[in-house]
Amino acid sequence: MLLIPCPHCGPRDETEFKYGGQAGIAYPKDPDALTDAEWVEYLFLRDNPKGAFRERWVHTAGCRRWFDITRDTFTNAFENGR
Amino acid sequence: MSPVSPELPQHPDRLWRHPDPKPSYDVVIIGGGGHGLAAAYYLAKNHGITNVAVVERGWLAGGNMARNTAIIRSNYLWDESAAIYEHALKLWEGLAEELDYDLLFSQRGVMNLAHNLGDVREGTRRVYANRLNGVDAEWLTPDDVKRLCPIVDISPDVRYPVLGATYQPRGGIAKHDHVAWGYARAADNLGVDLIEGAEVTAIDIEAGRVTGIQTSRGPISAGKVAIVAAGHASIIAAMAGIRLPLQSHPLQALVSELLEPIHPTVVMSNAVHVYVSQAHKGELVLGAGIDSYNGFGQRGAFHIIEHQMAAALELFPIFARAHVLRTWGGIVDVSPDASPIISKTPVDGLYLDCGWGTGGFKATPASGWVLAHTVANDEPHELNRPYALERFTTGALIDEHGAAAVAH
Repeated sequence: MLLIPCPHCGPRDETEFKYGGQAGIAYPKDPDALTDAEWVEYLFLRDNPKGAFRERWVHTAGCRRWFDITRDTFTNAFENGR
Repeated sequence: MSPVSPELPQHPDRLWRHPDPKPSYDVVIIGGGGHGLAAAYYLAKNHGITNVAVVERGWLAGGNMARNTAIIRSNYLWDESAAIYEHALKLWEGLAEELDYDLLFSQRGVMNLAHNLGDVREGTRRVYANRLNGVDAEWLTPDDVKRLCPIVDISPDVRYPVLGATYQPRGGIAKHDHVAWGYARAADNLGVDLIEGAEVTAIDIEAGRVTGIQTSRGPISAGKVAIVAAGHASIIAAMAGIRLPLQSHPLQALVSELLEPIHPTVVMSNAVHVYVSQAHKGELVLGAGIDSYNGFGQRGAFHIIEHQMAAALELFPIFARAHVLRTWGGIVDVSPDASPIISKTPVDGLYLDCGWGTGGFKATPASGWVLAHTVANDEPHELNRPYALERFTTGALIDEHGAAAVAH
């Protein structure tokens, strides 16, 4: 089980969190102007690296806040240690 | 002490050669799992293309082909899915004979339990949809469930009572390793080179057309290249500048110690969320859902295992004294609509067969069949035309999330 360093509560068990996928995906500024290909980019295409990945978690059973963190998807190590 | 027997067992014959890569092939398949091996076999068998290499980073069939729960069924809701999975099931039914290899293919039936009104409605709808598509399907009452699988608890006073089930009698299990070895031997016999221990590091492209690959065992030029790399499909496709709508997740499974034969069929449950069969050797084989986060570590968290086992106990109280022998994880490439991508790409001569997510094993023969057709003809087979990469742009998704009789 991952020990996730919540920036507000400190390290907590993975079972207290929900996963939010890749971080930094902004809602389109002008959705009406998007082409189909741009919608694909927003809706379906996400990075899927083997290695460092900037991702979102929400501490549902704790402070209930969202945060971004970098984790290595192969080793599961978080950027600021455990 | 008795003396050592002079008749010690000898190493069995090798099932395939271990050639060094040739400088050039007509077709190179990246990924020596079940799908890649099947594709190589059908390229040779159906299309006469035998100057083919399967390039595998590790050893043959050591990825998800060695890590799945070996369940075979075709009871999918949508027409496109029923067509390709039923094609697979029909191929399964003659495969041991065709490959001349015992696959321990056992059509012991697959049951999908319903535990609430939503399940019942979804299940009955799927039974009718399956029948319209020529897929065998029945609706079972709780008593039918008990008759077919006496160890399922159908008491009405449990937390998630069994209200019925869909049943596909032609579904079942096979011995996954044997499937890979059978395809590997047959492909090798037809002249395909199976190259293990060769990690792909680059895909060579000139003027929009693939020309070969770079590997840890040297460069290999190729007229056509197919990416059949499951959890690593995104990584390989990125070498050709292609972004795939895939996310790789850990998917775990487990087995118990060997037990007497007690479980005669395959039982799956969405609501309680576990699927269970008993392998020929006697171990109970259990699986469930993915770990939530992206991961390439081929391992997952124990609380996921705990959930599966709790679910199994809910359905099968008799398992309370069974022990977990082994748990493991694979890396599954999950697509937005839980359906695979079997497709041409923007690069000429480069093809994809990926995105099978949590359910690729059952499709192995059909996946190889249609990929071979796509590569040989540079045109998709009718069965995989709907599974093109473009569907995410056109919106013609094949949404099997939930509709496929299993939660993903």
